Amino acid sequence: MMLCDRCKKNEAVVYLTKIVNGHKQELHLCEKCAEETGHINFAPDNNLSFQKFLSGVLNSHLFENEKEIKDNNNSKSRKVCSRCGSSFEEFSQKGLFGCAECYDAFSEKLEPLMKRIHGSTYHSGKIPRKIRDTVKYRRDINKLKKLMDEAVAEENFEKAAEIRDKIRVIKNSMEED
Amino acid sequence: MNKVKEFNNPLIGKGPEKDVVVSSRIRLARNLENFLFPNKADRKTRSEIIAFLKNNVEVFSSDDYMFMKMDQLDNIEKELLYEKNFISAEHARENSERALVINDNISVMINEEDHLRIQIISPGLNFNELWEKIDLLDDKIEEDVDYAFSEKLGYLTSCPTNVGTGLRASAMCHLPALTLTGRLRNILGAIGKFGLTVRGVYGEGSSSSGGLYQISNQITLGHSEKEIIENLYSILGHIIYEERKSRQLLINNKYDNIKDSVQRSLGILKYSHQIEEEEALKLLAKVKFGHDTGLIEKGDVENDFFSDLLINVRPAHLQISEENIDQENLNIIRSEVIKNKLI
Repeated sequence: MMLCDRCKKNEAVVYLTKIVNGHKQELHLCEKCAEETGHINFAPDNNLSFQKFLSGVLNSHLFENEKEIKDNNNSKSRKVCSRCGSSFEEFSQKGLFGCAECYDAFSEKLEPLMKRIHGSTYHSGKIPRKIRDTVKYRRDINKLKKLMDEAVAEENFEKAAEIRDKIRVIKNSMEED
Repeated sequence: MNKVKEFNNPLIGKGPEKDVVVSSRIRLARNLENFLFPNKADRKTRSEIIAFLKNNVEVFSSDDYMFMKMDQLDNIEKELLYEKNFISAEHARENSERALVINDNISVMINEEDHLRIQIISPGLNFNELWEKIDLLDDKIEEDVDYAFSEKLGYLTSCPTNVGTGLRASAMCHLPALTLTGRLRNILGAIGKFGLTVRGVYGEGSSSSGGLYQISNQITLGHSEKEIIENLYSILGHIIYEERKSRQLLINNKYDNIKDSVQRSLGILKYSHQIEEEEALKLLAKVKFGHDTGLIEKGDVENDFFSDLLINVRPAHLQISEENIDQENLNIIRSEVIKNKLI
């Protein structure tokens, strides 16, 4: 058993090779001394918050080619949220947005990020009461319009006309409200 | 603000499946449309946010609710709130125009990572009831403010990991048998595939955690609140079943070893003179295991001792039991507090 070079009491479990000014130095430390001298941190890093991890993911260029990195860096420094002045770079360092409009300002870059975090890019949960009806109405109309387009593409004009009438009914009922 | 010292421990009381699920908690992240997010807002704006919410949200000024600015509280009071799980560590320790609204088991942190962090907590597995309540409160708050909301992305939050529902539901689970039998590793590995995440409550990842884990949803976008909660229920249902089965298995096959370990833990707690928090929790978790499985006499411990001590052995709670005590005394008082519950 090799003893720790520092405390000379415990078993050395960390073997370090330091090169200082071209001079090689070998160091054998126990867990406690290695931690105390700041050579290694065994304790779980409590500060590794989700944000820090996230910013690590955002800043990882491991799988990008050089051109992409260049493009990214250029657009990163250019694009700034018009409301709060945050840049995408600031976001990727902090992991936090500065205001609600950042989501619009950086929407292009966010799309793949949302997919990675949530596996989805659309909210399907609660809607604030005040706008619940209008949001639902718009969602219904959009859904029907999509179906109508599909019907037209399939040259199923009878079905398309049916859907068109449905849309009218919904629109009329909303206007009456 | 002497009242802070009298707030109830939200983990105490009856709750479904409490032998495995110690407590349930739901929080909603919400932001106001008209203000920059707290991390970007300057001191003045943050102070305006507090004033705006205090003056405009009617439910906050009803009799049941208490509105307080964090800088009105002394350090001990803030730590008490943190130890009772009403606020985060940052909210207790960082003094930058933060506020808190509290009503029984509901707390609303103002100017935490988001403008509003609405939270509700209760003993046992209770997500449906908690969701109903927090949903109602959220509606009431929304009557008086405009939330930052996008049709596509839902409720907008400072961190994109919370966007969408802004909902995080978490269950504190006591899984000593799954930990002991090593079966937990397989289960935890599978959990990630269901959009859930697990972390050890004390002593992250170490065996000293006493088998306490926080299980919560990771994904907040793309599923409704009800779906998130149903998903959590079905996974937890399976975990509860597996944990109980493992407990029975351990008792059937390793009765003497298990009983010995439980009784030893009880012995140390009963006869030690001073004890550190981490050791206390680890031993208490063993005794809880023995209590839930009938390995120790019912009369040996108070029924809700675990939920009680989980909070009452923490430093600030010990400090209010006596004035001016140093760390060594803290460990002596902790030991006394525990002995009182163990009869």
